[in-house]
Amino acid sequence: MYAVNIEPHVVGPKGSVLENLIDVDEHYVAEMQDRALVLAEDPLRCQSLPHMTLAGWDLLELLMEQQALGYPEHFTLTRDGDKWRWINRPLGIDDSFTFGDVSTLPYGPMEYITRQSQGDFCILDQRDGNLWMDAGMVTTQADWSLDFDIGMNFFEWHAPVPLAHEKGIFTRALKFLTNIQQGKPARRLNWTMTINPRLDTSPENYHKWGPDRATVTPENVGDKVHLRVELQSFWRLPRSNGIVFPIRCYLIKMDELVTQPKWARRLHRVIRDLPEELADYKGLTRYRATLVEWLSKLDDGSPTSAGFGPD
Amino acid sequence: MAAKSIISRPVYGTLSPQPGKHHLFVADAEGALAISDLAAKAPAGFFADAHIIFIPGNDGKHVAALEALKPAQFYQGPTFASALPRLKQTLANAHMGLRLYLAGTEGLIGQAMQVALEAGIDHTAIQTEHRGSLARRIQCVHCKGITENVTTQPATCSHCGLLLLVRDHYSRRLAAFQGVCINAEDRSEIPPTEEIFR
Repeated sequence: MYAVNIEPHVVGPKGSVLENLIDVDEHYVAEMQDRALVLAEDPLRCQSLPHMTLAGWDLLELLMEQQALGYPEHFTLTRDGDKWRWINRPLGIDDSFTFGDVSTLPYGPMEYITRQSQGDFCILDQRDGNLWMDAGMVTTQADWSLDFDIGMNFFEWHAPVPLAHEKGIFTRALKFLTNIQQGKPARRLNWTMTINPRLDTSPENYHKWGPDRATVTPENVGDKVHLRVELQSFWRLPRSNGIVFPIRCYLIKMDELVTQPKWARRLHRVIRDLPEELADYKGLTRYRATLVEWLSKLDDGSPTSAGFGPD
Repeated sequence: MAAKSIISRPVYGTLSPQPGKHHLFVADAEGALAISDLAAKAPAGFFADAHIIFIPGNDGKHVAALEALKPAQFYQGPTFASALPRLKQTLANAHMGLRLYLAGTEGLIGQAMQVALEAGIDHTAIQTEHRGSLARRIQCVHCKGITENVTTQPATCSHCGLLLLVRDHYSRRLAAFQGVCINAEDRSEIPPTEEIFR
């Protein structure tokens, strides 16, 4: 049911989402515009407690370095001591600033760089043997509120997750995460499902996107129901000793997913056999039966090969 | 019935006298009884260094019992809001050795703790004891408004009017439980309202 599926975050095959450790894809400009719209409507999606500014600079450095490394045609970072110049060609940005001086950027360092980076970002402060959710940019989340959870420790913000506390999942995960070393990031995958290709499935807007769940019919499953996979990575930050936790979301509609027979078979079995508490927590209950019925027609009962790649 | 409790839900203890130079008590209504019980276990002269901030509520009981403890300072106020400036000033001027004790309703404990956290006191260093009403203070996750003294499940947001599921998920920073629209997926579903946080 649950696994602590954490592995080293190392570069993967060319052309995959793991080709670079911070993935920039064809949705970059659109996702950054989507983020700007969400923030204009609800600025509380981006918050940083006062002691987290240094960690924000750490994150700015990490994301500028990684994006410039992976995509030199799009991003260029030049440094002369603390005088930095950042060029972001897709968004038409060319800014010179002083690293460490917040007055030289139009936003705080975390907000500045995460308005230019795909995925949500949580910055965790490490103290008292725990991790504290003390800063974040969260506009593409699966039903959790940064505004409510900011300032909580690792166990508190995971409190609503069913069954996992009892199984000791969070105790083990915390032990692993508090020992992450600089230059050795780790990753895991998480998943849920989303109706329509919507990134902002926040609790703040639940009353706006929730009704979509009641619109799933046997005829529109393939187009409306999406598997949402989160690539979560964990990085030690050098100056603040914080951990940054990017949550990068990918959506694939059922019609696309079932083009790989292995994926169709496996997803059918996963959704069918999911414990009810988890199905409820993931918000599948209202359309689960419709989805299982639709997927069952694509499951011939043959085994699926190991790993998540296609056959 | 509310869902079974979860880790973010605060756990309260029993007040007991702590070593310290000054003792600051904040209590409402039946929280006074927790202070009286502590007094029975306290060493002689304990209240000579104590400051009690008390919000008796509508029935005005327990004031005489607290005054009889002869604290160095005693204040009674009509509401938590009226006591807030005094509480903030006391914490701002506090020195090492101040101990904080909170007793009464969850709303009182939560809001006093919120002020203490802002003043830099670690929540694990604060003594708490729940007495009296189980009424909850909730934040509507949608409009961000706080609704006080919620006794029902579900509850109506006093700001935006959405019907909210009152969760056990609790934020010390906001001093509030989380309220999430209970019928967001289909507004025509109106679950029955039960009074469960009395």
